[in-house]
Amino acid sequence: MEFEKPLPLQSPAAIPFWKALQEETVLLQQCDECSHWVFYPRNHCPRNLGNSLTWREVSGEGVLYSYTVARQPTAPHFADEVPQLLAIVELKEGVRMTSTIVGVDPNDLKVGMPLVPYFDHVTDDVTLLRFTVRNSKRS
Amino acid sequence: MGLKGTAAIVGYAEWPHVRRYTDEKRFTIDQWAELTKLALDDAELSVDRVNGIVCSEIREADMFTPATIVEYLGRPVNFAERVDLGGANPVGMIWRAAAAIELGIADVVVCATPGRPIPSNPNRGPVDPRRYFQSSSHKWGSPQAEFEIPFGNLAQNCGYAMIAQRYAAEFGYQPEALAKLVVHQRESAALNPLAAFYQKPVTTDDVLSSRMIADPLRMLEIVMPVAGGGGVVVANKEIADQCPHSPAWITGFGEHLTMKTPTFAQDLCRSPVGPASEKAFEMAGISRTEIDACEIYDCYTITVLLTIEDAGFCNKGDGMQFIQEHDLGFDGDFPVNTHGGQLGMGQAGAAGGMTQVIEGARQIMGRADDRQVRSCQNVYVSGTGGIMSEQAALILQGN
Ligand SMILES: [Zn+2]
Repeated sequence: MEFEKPLPLQSPAAIPFWKALQEETVLLQQCDECSHWVFYPRNHCPRNLGNSLTWREVSGEGVLYSYTVARQPTAPHFADEVPQLLAIVELKEGVRMTSTIVGVDPNDLKVGMPLVPYFDHVTDDVTLLRFTVRNSKRS
Repeated sequence: MGLKGTAAIVGYAEWPHVRRYTDEKRFTIDQWAELTKLALDDAELSVDRVNGIVCSEIREADMFTPATIVEYLGRPVNFAERVDLGGANPVGMIWRAAAAIELGIADVVVCATPGRPIPSNPNRGPVDPRRYFQSSSHKWGSPQAEFEIPFGNLAQNCGYAMIAQRYAAEFGYQPEALAKLVVHQRESAALNPLAAFYQKPVTTDDVLSSRMIADPLRMLEIVMPVAGGGGVVVANKEIADQCPHSPAWITGFGEHLTMKTPTFAQDLCRSPVGPASEKAFEMAGISRTEIDACEIYDCYTITVLLTIEDAGFCNKGDGMQFIQEHDLGFDGDFPVNTHGGQLGMGQAGAAGGMTQVIEGARQIMGRADDRQVRSCQNVYVSGTGGIMSEQAALILQGN
């Protein structure tokens, strides 16, 4: 049985985010009313349910909030990625996102370490935002 | 405010938790009926006294779950609920039953969590690869389908491991403390004939040398899936006073939900069981020091550590030290998971957390045999669903 890697089911509200990744830029939404940065993309601010959010380009830089090294695949689809370096990354704007770390030895991972975006063009239509360290072989 | 404490657990049924189930496989609704019968027998109540049920998901229907069960049981009810809190289901079920009874909606409510395998479907089609996405919804529009699944953030192990890793960075990490917790629980499980690890204690070294699954969590710190199941009868005071067992009164509860995916937790090291427990203690009107035993949801060691801290048994960041300084055995100074917990019993799907509820009642009823906590009157029970995203707490008290 073959397990094709699952690609994101892109929702209408997030299209600008996905499109920007293809051009190697990171867009985040910010609430017009309370200035709260929002991730994942949506139509309402999770602080005040304000429904006026504006896309802004950000650096995509952040720090490693937490991580794990999965020694067995989380699903057969990811068997080729073991050990999977799953991460929660906190961007400078304060939002957190789930991702994976590339180009870093698992033993060198450290909570709080600075990270930069790594744009992984997994297909012609989809780019995933992974993270790496500055000057790694993948950045 | 809250419960007055006039509803009680009056009986229960618990199947042995076994790694390999070899008896006849039956559907969830069959198992529901069997557990109901056994639990009612234990309380010496006939089925016609039942006028409420609280359930969780069943394998045979996606919707109309309570009605499907009620129809099978042949018992019309005034109160029927389906709870959707994952591992926190059992605690959530029990307080809802108590609330319905105190409101006068029902007199006898059955809560059951079957966890045995069901017959295999002879008409089954090819395996849907999406079934590996487990509790992460792969449906169109689901934030998990869009922002979690593509990165492989799926297995519960990894979410809990990331909580542990963050905890380590903020407060430090003592693997030997968590190993000690496992050793205590496995000692209790060794005395529990219903536990998958009956008569199978482990040493600290066994835990620390077990395979690393998702750093820093090792194999023996993670529950093992088993077959099992449990059911509980909750009744009003009039009935409880006439049942053969000393009632376990439901005097306090709390519930708190914050997110689905830990990435979006405000603070990964402060879990929702904190506010839930605060409410439970306040409602019951007792303090932490009056608790005789803690039955803490233990899908992983880190869950127990955070619960001990967040429920207020020690300060945030002191949990490792607390475990090192206390004897967590049934005869120790801070008994935790006196049945062995799920780390000792095994986790029978949704029934996992029911072992904690049942053990709490069992201890108060004085029916815990070789592992009975001396004069056990006040028990704290916790339930954890998802990845510490939805949690509930319960206070059970004796007469
Ligand atoms: Zn806002």
